[in-house]
Amino acid sequence: MAEPIAAAAIVPRKPAHILFGIAAMAALLAVAPFVGIYPVFLMKALCFALFACAFNLLIGFGGLLSFGHAMFLGTAGYVCAHAAKEWGWPPEAAILAGTGASAALGIITGALAIRRQGIYFAMITLALAQMMFFFYLQAPFTHGEDGIQSVPRGKLFGLIDLSGTLTMYYVVLVIFLGAFLLIYRIIHSPFGQVLKAIRENEPRAISLGYDAERYKLLAFVLSATLAGLAGATKAIVFQLASLTDVHWTMSGEVVLMTLLGGMGTVFGPVVGAFVIIGLENYLAGFGQWVTVITGVIFVVCVLAFRRGIVGEIAAWWSKKKG
Amino acid sequence: MTEIFGFPTQALFGQLLVGLINGAFYAMLSLGLAVIFGLLNIINFTHGAQYMLGAFCAWFLFERWGIGYWWALLIAPVVVAITGMVIERTMLSRLYKLDHLYGLLLTFGIALIIQGVFTNYFGSAGQPYRLPEEFSGAFNLGFMFLPKYRAWVILASVIVCAGTWYVIERTKLGSYLRAATENPSLVQAFGINVPRMVTLTYGFGVGLAALAGVMAAPIYQVNPLMGANQIIVVFAVVVIGGMGSILGAILTGFGLGVIEGLTKVFYPEASNTVIFVIMVIVLLIKPAGLFGKEK
Repeated sequence: MAEPIAAAAIVPRKPAHILFGIAAMAALLAVAPFVGIYPVFLMKALCFALFACAFNLLIGFGGLLSFGHAMFLGTAGYVCAHAAKEWGWPPEAAILAGTGASAALGIITGALAIRRQGIYFAMITLALAQMMFFFYLQAPFTHGEDGIQSVPRGKLFGLIDLSGTLTMYYVVLVIFLGAFLLIYRIIHSPFGQVLKAIRENEPRAISLGYDAERYKLLAFVLSATLAGLAGATKAIVFQLASLTDVHWTMSGEVVLMTLLGGMGTVFGPVVGAFVIIGLENYLAGFGQWVTVITGVIFVVCVLAFRRGIVGEIAAWWSKKKG
Repeated sequence: MTEIFGFPTQALFGQLLVGLINGAFYAMLSLGLAVIFGLLNIINFTHGAQYMLGAFCAWFLFERWGIGYWWALLIAPVVVAITGMVIERTMLSRLYKLDHLYGLLLTFGIALIIQGVFTNYFGSAGQPYRLPEEFSGAFNLGFMFLPKYRAWVILASVIVCAGTWYVIERTKLGSYLRAATENPSLVQAFGINVPRMVTLTYGFGVGLAALAGVMAAPIYQVNPLMGANQIIVVFAVVVIGGMGSILGAILTGFGLGVIEGLTKVFYPEASNTVIFVIMVIVLLIKPAGLFGKEK
């Protein structure tokens, strides 16, 4: 039996460590804008971190590699932007609408994709995402290549004006932390454990009486929904929904972030997202070389660094402690 | 002008031809994917980039050294196959003991590198590749004009596909290959060098992609991203056909090309998505694919 993907997942034996880590991360992010880190960069990184965490839920704990997660990011972005701009919905309702749209799409595409496994699953999700890409390219409400521009941020709950960058940042931070805690909860719930059992040995889980298909579908829908939350939030933050977010390169990017940070680790996707977004910011002037560097990171990660940054640190740490 | 179902026959046959051409490329590309998958158990995401490399190789040969189409048909696949075998020996071979998804991720990364480098040097605009002299002109079939080059592409791809099928299904070499697909360690025990066979198989699959690239060069513009979108459609083709059979990959490729072409006539809005829609339907009815075997 080949080593299953993301088998490097560290089973956290001491949840206290993780909770401490989450608190430390929250504190760091809360003060980050005051130590000279550009809030717009932080917001972008947080949206992608959430996207990567959602993706990680599926690959790291369900063992399912989706190569079409951009469709959930993009769909939520379009629906949210349309609701906020054309229908004048307040941001919370628009984000909810976008997230809901991705959840619905997740149910349909998930039910199709889980009919096959492994490599086929990856190809099917990729093909379905490409179909959505062509749909959005042609649908009039997306405005094709221009995208939906100047989406109003509006007032959250009719009270909080989101036009200020710092206010927006803290709203994004709250959304991110809320979703992160939810994912943490899901992973450590009985549901998450069954999911892991299915990843490790599906026939055995089935023989124990678990309906593997249903668990996988639920994991898929949860992942799609959270990816949608990231996409809808991103649309409000950047006041833009465009084809970039539904393109296959975006699906590849989220795979890369998760792989680099550490598949199946709790913090890996966040680290991966910050590193990749930081890198892209830094290399913005180099044009297509960014694609080449992205490719090189992929190759290096797969060949020599399969546990990712967080996975390697965790492995090093537990080895040191003996 | 004559009409069928209210559509002018000229347009109908024209699109049917375009569909057949696309189908020829789908068939050759999915055939290569199927051959590689059969033995290596990985999906070669670099396939699209290697198809592009084939086209660029032909273009280089002509621009730099004035080497024409016929030699390019031979040289480009060999060159690209060699680079492919280097990739297999140095990188892919390290992943065989791991989950096959790592192979997908690795080849995806390699595709990004190749496409990124070429986009840097050539931009995303296409480079024209001149049609060889002997192919200018068209046959008059009475009901339509068939450009000579297009006729050649269809004929050549049928020959290539049939030849591949024959080698794999009917020759001694092919039987080794099929045996190694079933049980590599047993075949190795009989004294056959399986790792070398794996390398050569990868080279062969990649060479097929490059050959398709050379044949595509005079029809489409030679551009760094020509394979990137193509490969996703080919993945859908592979899911529809199922990778279990060589003949299945060929038939599905041609069939879907024709269906796509006809969609352009009857309902143009759906022509980009029709293959994906068919994939959804096939998944609902026969998840293993039309020619696939349920495990």
